[in-house]
Amino acid sequence: MATNKIHAIYTDDDLLLHAVKQTRAENYHISEVYTPFPVHGLDAAVGLAPTRMAITSFLYGLVGLAVAIWMMNYMMIMDWPQNIGGKPSFTFSQNMPTFIPIMFEMTVFFAGHLMVITFYMRSRLWPFKKAENPDLRTTDDRFLMEVDVENHDIEMLTKFLYDTGASEISLIQTEQNH
Amino acid sequence: MYTLPSKLRLFSIILVVLGLIGIVYGFLTVPKNTDEVRQILSEQEAHHGVASHNADDTANFVDRARGEKGYSEAAMEHATDLRPEGHGVSSHEEHVLHQMQTRPWSATLVAAFFFMMIALGALVFYAIQFASQSGWSPVLYRVMEGITAYLLPGSIIVVLILVFAGTHFFPWQNDELVAGDKILQGKAGYLNFPFFVIRAVIYLLGWNLYRHFSRKYSLEQAVATDYTPYRKNFKISVFFLIFFILTEATMAMDWFMSMTPHWYSTMFPWYVFASLFVSGITAIALVTIHLKACGFIPFVSDKHLHDLAKYIFAFSIFWTYLWFSQFMLIWYANIPEEVTYFVIRIQEYRLLFFGMLVLNFVFPILMLMNSDFKRIPWLVVITGIIVLIGHYIDVYLLVMPSTVGHHYHFGIPEIGAVFFFLGLFILVVGASLGKTSLKPENDPFIRESENYHF
Repeated sequence: MATNKIHAIYTDDDLLLHAVKQTRAENYHISEVYTPFPVHGLDAAVGLAPTRMAITSFLYGLVGLAVAIWMMNYMMIMDWPQNIGGKPSFTFSQNMPTFIPIMFEMTVFFAGHLMVITFYMRSRLWPFKKAENPDLRTTDDRFLMEVDVENHDIEMLTKFLYDTGASEISLIQTEQNH
Repeated sequence: MYTLPSKLRLFSIILVVLGLIGIVYGFLTVPKNTDEVRQILSEQEAHHGVASHNADDTANFVDRARGEKGYSEAAMEHATDLRPEGHGVSSHEEHVLHQMQTRPWSATLVAAFFFMMIALGALVFYAIQFASQSGWSPVLYRVMEGITAYLLPGSIIVVLILVFAGTHFFPWQNDELVAGDKILQGKAGYLNFPFFVIRAVIYLLGWNLYRHFSRKYSLEQAVATDYTPYRKNFKISVFFLIFFILTEATMAMDWFMSMTPHWYSTMFPWYVFASLFVSGITAIALVTIHLKACGFIPFVSDKHLHDLAKYIFAFSIFWTYLWFSQFMLIWYANIPEEVTYFVIRIQEYRLLFFGMLVLNFVFPILMLMNSDFKRIPWLVVITGIIVLIGHYIDVYLLVMPSTVGHHYHFGIPEIGAVFFFLGLFILVVGASLGKTSLKPENDPFIRESENYHF
C-alpha cells in the first residue's frame, strides 16, 4: 500500500516552529521534522514525550556503584586481605576511604557509557548506518517538516502549508513493503 | 512593599528573648573552680557507671592497636606538646574546668558564625551574579540584599566574641603556654593578638563596605537614567571577589584553624568556604519561597527556583568533595601531627561527624537530582532546612572539638544561641526587605531575568 507524505521546506527556524504549532492545531499529523541544528522548543511543539535517558543513566550509575563495591570487597577484603601499608583490611567500611575514588569513577563510567550506548540503540545510530536524509540541504540551512497526508485533501493541505510560510512543498509517495 | 508578617515578627522577638535567657544561663552556670568540676565529674561517673576518662580511652585505644599494654603511657611521657599543662589529677581537672568554662562561648560562636556565614555566602553569590553578568538572577537581587543586611550586625558580634573569648578559643593567646611551646613560638609572627584583631577588622571593613556600596549602587540604578551605577557595581563586585577569597582563607585560618594551633591543613579555607556558600544559597532559596508564597514577588517563577535548587545540589556535592578530600588525604597518610584533628572528631563526635554527611550530601543529592522536584517549593524547603541543619553541625564540629573537647552537649546554651541569632536574623532581614521595592527596576538584565525560562 502506498502512503503519501508531504515535505514542506522552511528557510528559518522561527518560521518552522510557528508552522509546526499551526499544523498540530489543525490536527494534521507530523511524522518527522529535519533540522540542521537543535531548535529550542521544537520537541515540545511537535508533542514528543520527554526523554527518559536521565533515568536510565541514574540506574546505570547505581549498577556501576554496586559493581565497584562488590569488586573491591571481594578482592581487597574477602579474597586476599593483605596488610598493605598498614591500611585496615578487616572490613569494607574500615578501608572505605581508599575505595571511594574508584567507586566514584565506576559510577560515572557506567552512567556515562551505558547511557551513550542506550542513546545509540534507541536512535538507531551505528557506523555503517545508511543516512536517512530526505533532502541534503536539511543538514545545512533548510528545515523540513514531513506531514502525513492520510485521508486529508491534498489540495487543501498544500494550500495550508503554503500559508504557513513553506518555501517548497512536494508530495512524496513511498511503497511500504514490510 | 514587603512587611514582616506580624506573627513572624512576634515569633522572632520571642526567639531573641528566649535565646538571650539561654545564653545568659549558659554563662552563669559554668563551674567556677576545680571543686565544682570534681563534683560534676563524679556525678557523671555515677551516671555512666565506669569512668570514661579521656586519657584512659586513648590509652586503651592505642594499647589495643599496638597489642602492647602500657605502650601509650610510655609514649605520652615523651610527648610534652600534647599535654602542655602537665600531668596529674589536679591539672586534669583544671583542663576540664577550662573546657567547661569555654562551652557557653563556643555555643554562642557556633550560632553567631553560622548566621553570619549565611549572610556572607549570600553576599558572595550576589557579587558573582554581578561579576558574571548573569541574566537569570536580577529578579532575586533584592532578596539577596535583604539577607546580606544581616552581615553588619552578624559580623560585628562574631568579631566581638572572638576578640573577648581570648584563651577560651585560642591557646596561642596564652603566654605561659607559648613560652613552653616551640611550635607556637614559631607561629607567633602570625598568631599574635594585635595582628589577629587588625586582620579581623580588615575583614569586617572589607565585607561590609562592599555590601554597603553594592546596595547603594543597586538602589541608585533603580532610579538612574543610564547604567553608570550598574557599571560601578560590576567593578566593585570583581574587586570584592578577589578581596573575599583572600580574606576568607585567612579568616578560616585565624578563627577556626588556630583553635588547634598545632594542626594545619591547606584545604581548610576552601572547606569553610563551601559550607558558607551553600548555606548562603539555601537561605536565598528559602527567603525567595517565603516571599513568593506571600505574593510579593510575582515576577519570580519556578524556573528561578529550579536554578537555586541546582546551586544547592551542586554546592552540596562541592562541599562533600572538599570534606572528603581533606579527610581522605589525612586519613590515608595518617601523619600523627595531622590526624589528631580527625581522631577526636571520630572518637568523640562519631554520630555528628558522619551524620552530617547524610544531611549535607546523601539527602540533597537524592532529593534534588530529579529536575521536576527542583520546582516544587515544599520539597526545596525541606531539603534546604536539612542542609542548613547539616551545616550548623558542620560549624559545630569546627568549633566544639577544638575548644571544649570531650565535654560537649547540645543543651540550653546551644539552643539559646541558635534561637537568639535566628530571631535576630529574621528581624534584620525582614526589616531590610521592607525598605524598598522588591523588583530591581532598570537593571540591564531585569527583562531577560523576568522572561527567563528553560
